[in-house]
Amino acid sequence: MGELRLMKGNEALAEAAIRAGVDGYFGYPITPQSEVIEYLMAEKPFERTGMVVLQAESEVASINMLYGGGGTGKKVMTSSSSPGISLMQEGLSYMAGAEIPCVVANVVRGGPGLGDIQPAQSDYFQSVKGGGHGDYRLPVLAPASVQEMSDFVPLSFDLAFKYRTPVLIVSDGLIGQMMEKVELFDTIPRLTDEEVIARYPWATNGKPKGKERRILTSLDLDPHKLEKHNFHLQDKYKQIREEEVRYEMIDCDDADYIIIAYGSSARISQKTLQLAREEGIKVGLLRPITLWPFPKQPIDDLVNKGVKGFLSVEMSAGQMVEDIRLTVRERTKVEHFGRYGGVIHSPEEVLEALKNKIIGD
Amino acid sequence: MAEITLQDIIKPENQVYVKTKLMTDKNLSYCPGCGHGTAHRLIMEVVEELGQENDAIGIAPVGCSVLAYEFMNVDMQEAAHGRAPALATAVKRLWPNKLVFSYQGDGDLAAIGTAETIHACNRGEQIVMVFINNGIYGMTGGQMAPTTLPGMKTSTSPYGRDLQSMGNPLKMTELVAQLPGTYYVTRQAVHTPSAVRKAKRCIRKAFQNQLDGKPGVSFIEIVSNCNSGWKMEPVASNIWMEENMFPYYELGDLKVDGQLVEKK
Amino acid sequence: MTEEIIIAGFGGQGVLSMGKILAYSGIMQDQEVSWFPAYGPEMRGGTANVTVIVSDERISSPTLTAYDTAVILNQQSMDKFEEAVKPGGVLIYDPNGISHHPTRKDIKIYKIEGAKIAAQMGNTKIFNMVVLGGYLQVKPIVKLENVIRGLKKSLHERYHKLIPLNEDAITMGMKNVVEVK
Repeated sequence: MGELRLMKGNEALAEAAIRAGVDGYFGYPITPQSEVIEYLMAEKPFERTGMVVLQAESEVASINMLYGGGGTGKKVMTSSSSPGISLMQEGLSYMAGAEIPCVVANVVRGGPGLGDIQPAQSDYFQSVKGGGHGDYRLPVLAPASVQEMSDFVPLSFDLAFKYRTPVLIVSDGLIGQMMEKVELFDTIPRLTDEEVIARYPWATNGKPKGKERRILTSLDLDPHKLEKHNFHLQDKYKQIREEEVRYEMIDCDDADYIIIAYGSSARISQKTLQLAREEGIKVGLLRPITLWPFPKQPIDDLVNKGVKGFLSVEMSAGQMVEDIRLTVRERTKVEHFGRYGGVIHSPEEVLEALKNKIIGD
Repeated sequence: MAEITLQDIIKPENQVYVKTKLMTDKNLSYCPGCGHGTAHRLIMEVVEELGQENDAIGIAPVGCSVLAYEFMNVDMQEAAHGRAPALATAVKRLWPNKLVFSYQGDGDLAAIGTAETIHACNRGEQIVMVFINNGIYGMTGGQMAPTTLPGMKTSTSPYGRDLQSMGNPLKMTELVAQLPGTYYVTRQAVHTPSAVRKAKRCIRKAFQNQLDGKPGVSFIEIVSNCNSGWKMEPVASNIWMEENMFPYYELGDLKVDGQLVEKK
Repeated sequence: MTEEIIIAGFGGQGVLSMGKILAYSGIMQDQEVSWFPAYGPEMRGGTANVTVIVSDERISSPTLTAYDTAVILNQQSMDKFEEAVKPGGVLIYDPNGISHHPTRKDIKIYKIEGAKIAAQMGNTKIFNMVVLGGYLQVKPIVKLENVIRGLKKSLHERYHKLIPLNEDAITMGMKNVVEVK
């Protein structure tokens, strides 16, 4: 059993970064995730593990520091909240193109624009559809607890290096700011320079003696070569779709109706499940853990089992619901419910919506 | 007397110049007469002479020298427009024993990437930053740069740069020299053999500073021509540069060993 | 057992840390806990509140609209949260600064003179511990020994010398909470 602590989601993410053997964190403060860099600076991981922590001049600089650092084969990470993540989209697109691994955590807040600093889930489209320019996707993990804020850091790095891609951890102000019990995993030592060099031959950390030098770029002026590179990226995304889908199912076995919700909304909806069952309504919860790749198969299976309707519960005006509809293809009812702009829906409101929109007629 | 053939001439003992192996055999994408190729070569010669071929990591920009990584034969990363100093910052911090340099033009370093430039310099990152200033956007076809001279015609200042509506030419090098994070700041040119020799000495000094662990950025501006963008013959463009660019962008050291150089 | 609590008052009253110590105490006796504060500009000098859940089971929603217990430490919070107590639930408040006292008949209401007692003990900073004591007397969901262990975990070592004072404050709170009929 690892060390037990009561921590904020943001703090757990930061502590997990140190323990996951991250080499560099580059970030810029923004509410509601500033605790991440504050925790790191207070904790002085440069003394504990040798991890570099740098407050950059902007989110634009942060993501490009990740490009530079990740490009040398080191484990690099940043975190921000919605407006800051928008600024990072250029860098993420370049890293997807140049196939540079990194982990970016988004503690989502209300939008659009400056919005507010309360929890929201309205960055779903930006996260799962690419986000920046060009044809690319990023694996997206959605923690629903402080424990997962910690656990998903090493998992994200595994994916980032396995597939040479940026990986997003998408939580929100609720998960970031709340405290829960977290069991911390034991520290994974940072790789030595020699191990990095041996493990990642693509990384630009100094031309190896007697070998070809390496270039990391997203540019190819020859359209045929660039198309070929895109084919390669698409093959990679296909493999991720086939191998990396993660989800959790709660009380779905006997359920007539299914709520699909991730992160905070999944937590809130779990309470709705209790309330519904007290009234004799059989509701289950499907919680996507990877938002991309999206868990289509379990939804398909539920449709085939004869589920009478799906309610997508998101703190947004309805984004994930589009992916659910693409999967269900009008074989049964799919509706959306969610408060947004930083308003958190209550379990009772979710139950009400389920009755009105799905069970109702 | 026997006739001398070409084969007789190109014997090793007759060679007066050998291209550094740290320049690839790719044809340079630069216009004939442009200074970029010379600047590339000087950097690579210095890296080779310092024995740093296996430890150098370079960051290329967006602009005419976007393909610098095709020509410089060391490990290279291609940055987004303006962000090279951010990349270089992380590379150097994560690999403090490597020799890290960025290479940027005026649009990259002095317009879109101003924040990254200023902050890398202000933090005192232990890197070499090379800045090619030709007062124009060459790659995109001759638009106004932040360094375009007053009254100078470009495709986006077709009647000449009007200071009142378009702002003033930005002297980045003077600006970064004021920051405590820069250790060595100089402005050079590569349009004559003596200028080339001098520029190389400065580039060497900059890289040596990094190898010696001197604190802060070594920053080299190279004032260069853009005969295509300026719509001149190469020789004429060099003369125009001497007559117009140099009075505005004065050559010489601005800061040496962390100390500002006093103007005589 | 699941206890869903809102603690609400002014920023600076120790609302958040009281919640944190309660949550830590739950962990000390192997329970599941969650702590979710209202955060942002409203914290700065204005009201502060935190939802704490202590349970034997995995906790679902960390935010709630109805609570088993409300601990209320200023008038704004009284206006906001009196109605949010579940029927049959508990409301504990410090009458100091309260002009409109709670009126509900379907819940149990308790008073704790936290500010007064803390002042009498010579340290206004232990106000929240007095209130915590009052709460624990009414709802003994965690054992006092686990509260002390929780305090040790949540306080930096250099403040451990203050633990006996905190313990006294909790005890004083326990003794002085009174039901309002």
